[in-house]
Amino acid sequence: MAFLQAAAKRANSFTGKPSRLPYLLLLPGLAFLSIFFILPILNLAATSTQSPAASGEIGSYVQTFQFSNYVNAFLESREQFARSFIYATLATLLALAISYPLAYAIAFKSGRWKNLLVVLVVAPFFTSFLLRTIAWKQILGENGPVVGPLRALHLIGPQTTLTASAFAVVTGMTYNFLPFMTLPLYASLDRIDPRTLEAAGDLYANGFTTFRKVTFPLSLPGVVAGTLLTFIPAAGDYVNAAILGNPSTKMVGNVIDSRFFRIVDYPTAAALSFMLMAAILILITVYIRRSGTEELI
Amino acid sequence: MSTVEVPVPTLPFGKRFTRWFGRNTIRIYAVVGFTYLFIPVLYTFAFSFNDSAKSNLTWVGFTFKNWQNPCGAPEVCDALGNSIRIGLIATTVATILGTMIAFALGRHRFRGRSATNTLIFLPMATPEVVLGASLLAMFLNFGINPGFWPTVIAHIMFCISFVVVTVKARIASLDPRLEQAAMDLYANERETFRRITLPLVAPGIAGAALLAFSLSFDDFIITNFNSGTINTFPKFVYVSAGRGIPAQANVVGSSMFFLALFIVLTGELIGRKRRKR
Amino acid sequence: MADASTSSRGDLKLTRITKSYSDFNAVDDLSLTIKEGSFFALLGPSGCGKTTTLRMIAGLEEPTAGSIHIGTTDITTMKPYQRPVNTVFQNYALFPHLSIYENIAFGLRRRGIKDVKSAVDKALDLVELPHLADRKPNQLSGGQQQRIALARAIINRPALLLLDEPLGALDLKLRRQMQIELKWIQKEVGLTFVHVTHDQEEAMTMADTVALMHDGKIEQMGSPADLYDNPKSVFVANFLGQSNLIDGKIVDSDGDNFVVDLFGQKVSVLKSRSSAKDASVLFGIRPEKLRIQPSDADKPGNVLTGGRIVDVSYIGVSTQYQVEMPWGQEIMVFEQNDDGIPPLAKGDGVRLSWEPIFSFALDGHEDATAGSEVEVSE
Repeated sequence: MAFLQAAAKRANSFTGKPSRLPYLLLLPGLAFLSIFFILPILNLAATSTQSPAASGEIGSYVQTFQFSNYVNAFLESREQFARSFIYATLATLLALAISYPLAYAIAFKSGRWKNLLVVLVVAPFFTSFLLRTIAWKQILGENGPVVGPLRALHLIGPQTTLTASAFAVVTGMTYNFLPFMTLPLYASLDRIDPRTLEAAGDLYANGFTTFRKVTFPLSLPGVVAGTLLTFIPAAGDYVNAAILGNPSTKMVGNVIDSRFFRIVDYPTAAALSFMLMAAILILITVYIRRSGTEELI
Repeated sequence: MSTVEVPVPTLPFGKRFTRWFGRNTIRIYAVVGFTYLFIPVLYTFAFSFNDSAKSNLTWVGFTFKNWQNPCGAPEVCDALGNSIRIGLIATTVATILGTMIAFALGRHRFRGRSATNTLIFLPMATPEVVLGASLLAMFLNFGINPGFWPTVIAHIMFCISFVVVTVKARIASLDPRLEQAAMDLYANERETFRRITLPLVAPGIAGAALLAFSLSFDDFIITNFNSGTINTFPKFVYVSAGRGIPAQANVVGSSMFFLALFIVLTGELIGRKRRKR
Repeated sequence: MADASTSSRGDLKLTRITKSYSDFNAVDDLSLTIKEGSFFALLGPSGCGKTTTLRMIAGLEEPTAGSIHIGTTDITTMKPYQRPVNTVFQNYALFPHLSIYENIAFGLRRRGIKDVKSAVDKALDLVELPHLADRKPNQLSGGQQQRIALARAIINRPALLLLDEPLGALDLKLRRQMQIELKWIQKEVGLTFVHVTHDQEEAMTMADTVALMHDGKIEQMGSPADLYDNPKSVFVANFLGQSNLIDGKIVDSDGDNFVVDLFGQKVSVLKSRSSAKDASVLFGIRPEKLRIQPSDADKPGNVLTGGRIVDVSYIGVSTQYQVEMPWGQEIMVFEQNDDGIPPLAKGDGVRLSWEPIFSFALDGHEDATAGSEVEVSE
């Protein structure tokens, strides 16, 4: 079979001769990314070890290779760091729990409505996500239609609020990143031939066993892609925390934002950014390795 | 007429309900899921008809005036105009650059392929705060003030990867034999690309452009870092969230929803018609 | 390029073609001449190098060594679009975004021919699908797509038409019908057809000449009847139909015949039908050439005695017997059910006889199972 693989490999390029064409195609895009993505990240790395200039002017820093910035930044913001990862994990798990049955229903139970339903999953996200987040704030807020009835039924205490809480932040994040979870899940579920599921049933697997042994493993690439696409933006998010949270639900994104704009403390903001990025990349690498889906990237 | 009583096994209601529920759990779940997805959209749409003076927090009364005069709150239209301009420029550039990369990755073997793949993946794995903050820090270092063009550059940067991934997937699903067949039928490399490859990849490119525009239009975090005094629609909504958002913002949000739905459904219908013809 | 189809006519000639991949040779020092106007089949199991050979002729692969000529023109390094060669691809590769009409007109248009209407209509008539001109490929059935792919290639009047497993995706009945039709079309248009297939029946039905490939080499080449009746190697004997191969020794020469000893019983084989290198042979006889009789019968010709029926399967037109010989080997016999004699039963003692002209002798040092267990489906 090595022969077939070799043939398939070569089938893509007719002549197999080394050509300059791919490099010409890559050049503009990669140059752009190098200047406006790689360079800023390197610059950020440099900024992260600076210390305030002697002049004392606000926003003016010099390079002193002060690596203690990292230690200080982490110690100051470890709560927010922890919160970022806890909230992002919770939101990812919730989104998975909500999306999986939804994607499953669309892939296997929707018949000719399939394409329409896929559009409907994405449709809400054409309304600005800030507008939707604020809509949740008002729906769940003091004047909204939810809190009153819940209080009347004594399901929540008279002092309890639904907004300005960790609960609101996590549900907001869950809601906002839902299509990033649903679409890859749907894509991988839709690729499963329903006959393999029937075959499993034929081989004496009951519904749950079929799901556990056949459906879920086959949808794993979608699960991995979906959880990554949800977790990454969730961990770096600060908008949900700013709109739906309170001071004790601040995430690391909020800290970076305020260090940058309010306190003009670039080195700390840079050090925090770097730690966030590194933490996420390490988690992704471990996750992808463990789930055995390296080919996704 | 003699009728024989056939005992119809009627289950008690409770049992019938559990059975029906058991069979339809997944469908019921889907209905609940979609309701959850659409609640804020419906809320936004409903409050676009609210006859509120300034803040749109509580229901005052029904009116069409916000829809008749969406520029009634002038900042809304300013911000919207900026968002559209930024979105169109960023989408065009990102789609061109990203499509070129996608073709290089999808159709050629070359040295540095996996490094390129990593470089494409990294911006998607980097949180938006980090992207925004790092770009702003660099602009400031070089004495460039945040504003319209820095925002455009930032948007191009984070859209490229998404374009590459979308277009590459389309190219990968293309049967290489189609191109071989074209060359076998006397089309040289250029004609093969123009007549076979490009038309077949075009839907992927269109999808990528749509995705890029919606990412750009909806972006707040990166924009907030790099736009300076330039207002965009999400920025306007965020800033005015505290004192109340004018109902015109809901008009814009709802319009975007219907416009996007219209574009996607028309595309779907055209695609379906083509397939039928 | 416009005259690509007329400038170089003539035989296709492959000279010492090799195609190497990093770890093996897909095609190994292969030389081959295909006569102009013939229907040629490259037959072999998957991985034998037949498709690679076809792709090199089409220009989709470049040979590592060797040259390819059509007539006197060297096309070895020509681009696919410069060659007077067209291909009917496996799974057809019809352009999904173009109508059937435009699919068929594609080649003519690329060669700068403006007025394509009459040619396209003619091609559609040839494949008997003129009413489908405005459809899209995915609205057609597999058989219809197959004919359109053929029309799309034939319309260019290439010096050479390559068919890459063109019938592989069709069901059996349609495949039979298309085999006859392809053969007819080839006669009609008079082009050279090179047909790649793993289906021996398909190759034998359609081709004038069959080349059986194995491990990147041509194992044997000739007319279908020649290959079947007079195989030169164990691989050919076993790949094409079924063969009984019995270990033997040449013990004597008798005019045009060798006398062969098979476990103590003497039989004969024509010298012209022997490819033995020394006295050690594998003596071959096809199951349907054998006659089976009760052991007390007396018939002339070559005879093997002492058999015992161990299995009988009745399959309508014929009955298949497994006969165990005194030396333990099982011999297969296909007997036509045309003589009104009831089939023999399991356990009966029998003798086997045949006309000496039907037997053949192979090199006795070869592996007697080669080619018999090759997977045929791809």
